[in-house]
Amino acid sequence: MIDVSPAQRFIEVIPHAKALGLHLVEIGDGKAVIYMPWDDRFIGDPLTGVIAGGAVSALLDTCCGAAVMSYPGAKSTATLDLRIDYMRTAKPGQRITARAECFHATRSVAFVRATAHDEDTDQPFATAQGAFTMDMMPKPTKTEGAA
Amino acid sequence: MNRPAPEPVQIIKERRDRALQNLVGGIPYVNFLGIQFDRRGDELTALLPFDDQLVGNPLLQAIHGGVTSAFLEVTAMIELSWSILWEDMENGNLDPRKLDADHLPRLPKTIDFTVDYLRSGLPRDAYARARVNRSGRRYASVHVEAWQDKRSRLFAQATGHFLIPGRDTTEVE
Repeated sequence: MIDVSPAQRFIEVIPHAKALGLHLVEIGDGKAVIYMPWDDRFIGDPLTGVIAGGAVSALLDTCCGAAVMSYPGAKSTATLDLRIDYMRTAKPGQRITARAECFHATRSVAFVRATAHDEDTDQPFATAQGAFTMDMMPKPTKTEGAA
Repeated sequence: MNRPAPEPVQIIKERRDRALQNLVGGIPYVNFLGIQFDRRGDELTALLPFDDQLVGNPLLQAIHGGVTSAFLEVTAMIELSWSILWEDMENGNLDPRKLDADHLPRLPKTIDFTVDYLRSGLPRDAYARARVNRSGRRYASVHVEAWQDKRSRLFAQATGHFLIPGRDTTEVE
């Protein structure tokens, strides 16, 4: 059951990411891809069966945070702000995949954008853009243990 | 002319509480996060009891930013739905007794949602209240604030725009 790949371990230590059943597909160099399997518990509109915006936000926020953490030198991060645009509703019953990219970073702030797709991989149904705090590792001075 | 005697307050309250319960209780994701709503007249306060599965940073036991965002969005959307229902109930266009699990109003759709994270969410219960700043025929703008121990110390706030569904609950698009 438990995926032991190092990337997946990143998700396993975040209790809420685990609760959402997130799977980390790719991570590195300020980019991350995470998917969330369909789960009836995440329905936000019982009449249509469409997923709750909040569940999509949680996936996008996690994916953006993962992208920042994978930025070279990043040590820790927290969300400053996140804006999500819902272009259409996601199709009920489908897995949702988020892709995030940290497109610029200063010493203390990372700027990230992300998209969310259902199984129609052509058109994202939602996009996000956010600013994240970023603590950098101190520049290596002496011979210290590997990170 | 004799006015009919007003209904006992307890009956009106129970009817309104049941209408709210029917609106909120049928949403699986609200139950997944454990969000509850407290009603005082037309004012709603959302409550998010702390739970280990809401944590985003295991070292700090901080609430996940995505949970915070979801909590705010749920609060904004329920406040908007409730404010529309409330108006319809008060002016007699909607009988709250008819608002059962099979006759739920259509929920607003989120157009965009922007969350401002002010402090990290501590491992405690969180509260939120939303304010509908503008509600037109089709679009609404809603602001929402969340706090934990102290009402004036917000840990997050958000503004969202929503598409308002047709007001007739039986209307089909």
